[in-house]
Amino acid sequence: METSIKMTKLAKCAGCGAKVGAGTLSALLGGLPVRRDERLLVGYDTSDDASVYRISDDLVLVQTVDFFPPIVDDPYTFGQIAAANALSDIFAMGAEAKLAMNVLCVSPQMDDEAVRELLRGGYEKAYEAGAIITGGHTIQSEEPKYGLSVSGFAHPDRFLRNCSAQPGDVLLLTKPLGIGVTTTAARAGLADPDAYRQAVEWMRTLNKAARDIMMRFEVHSCTDVTGFALLGHGCEMAEGSGVTIELYNSRIPMLPGALELARDGLLPEGMYRNRAFAESRVWADPALELAAQDLLYDPQTSGGLLIAAAPQDAEALLRALNGSIPCAAAIGQAVPRGDWAVVVKP
Amino acid sequence: MNLPVIDARGLACPEPVVLTQQAHRQHKQFAVLVDNKVAVQNIARFCQNRGLALTVTEENGEYRLEIAAK
Repeated sequence: METSIKMTKLAKCAGCGAKVGAGTLSALLGGLPVRRDERLLVGYDTSDDASVYRISDDLVLVQTVDFFPPIVDDPYTFGQIAAANALSDIFAMGAEAKLAMNVLCVSPQMDDEAVRELLRGGYEKAYEAGAIITGGHTIQSEEPKYGLSVSGFAHPDRFLRNCSAQPGDVLLLTKPLGIGVTTTAARAGLADPDAYRQAVEWMRTLNKAARDIMMRFEVHSCTDVTGFALLGHGCEMAEGSGVTIELYNSRIPMLPGALELARDGLLPEGMYRNRAFAESRVWADPALELAAQDLLYDPQTSGGLLIAAAPQDAEALLRALNGSIPCAAAIGQAVPRGDWAVVVKP
Repeated sequence: MNLPVIDARGLACPEPVVLTQQAHRQHKQFAVLVDNKVAVQNIARFCQNRGLALTVTEENGEYRLEIAAK
């Protein structure tokens, strides 16, 4: 259903581009006391996608929360994207999403219909993910925001950290990059309509199918590519794992037209934040033009999974992924730690 | 000669680069005022891509970008 409000006009920054930079965040959290609990298996330390808490010998609780301002104008689509993005953290841990709560900021400029449409989109995605919505919290705010707090479950031996890649692993990516530049250009009416339509489709696509397939194979590590971009999340995986990640730019799936938009400087502010945070740890082949490098720092909203698969399983995993996700690709590999966290080759 | 001046101060991306694109269609030579580094960098990329000469001067956190067809 059409509503008259253009959601992005109510927001200053869009989607995951609104995320506080990784560098700023660790400085803010730095002074706070950290309490240990031996049941907490994944916490702050490794900048992982979700926290993991052991409930029993065969069950861990996986928890995450994610919300942001509108990245698209249509409230229903925004609801779908925000929910898919929040649920993604659970899938990136290799877990199953079970319980979700709405986190909602309603702007006075949204009418009741817009709020209902937004929530309809969120509920639809939560149900599609296999979760139920059990409640939530709604406040008034000038800028609308939406997301979910999600709880999921996994077996203690079968969840995936972002810091356990091994040398030899093959790196797979399950959605194309370029979502940040494409949505930025769309705000100015400069995005190709077909490329923009593809970006929206990808943003509202759950990472559930990729997760379900991935869990049938030997995978050592996984994260989702969101606000900190491929290279930000790639650095976290490489450094947490004590490996170097080598990527081949030409193999990285990309939305059509994204490179030309980057060349024209239609880059979101988050790209520069991500670059400032990660570039001292990344070596990019000088043959790669600036715009191609920029795209690897482009903040993604509801991006794909970055999977480190055991070499003997990687080919079969990719084939299985390609059955439902044709653009999924092997984009590089983990090698013994060298001078750089991530190396990008043409 | 008085350069046409586009005031893009206070605007968030992508507005400054969009105004620069529009000005580029109308003028061979013009100036853009911006007040943030991201806008400067985005406009620099635009100029590089379109083969335009760019001169940047900074004063008190505000930038004047003079742009000319080469």
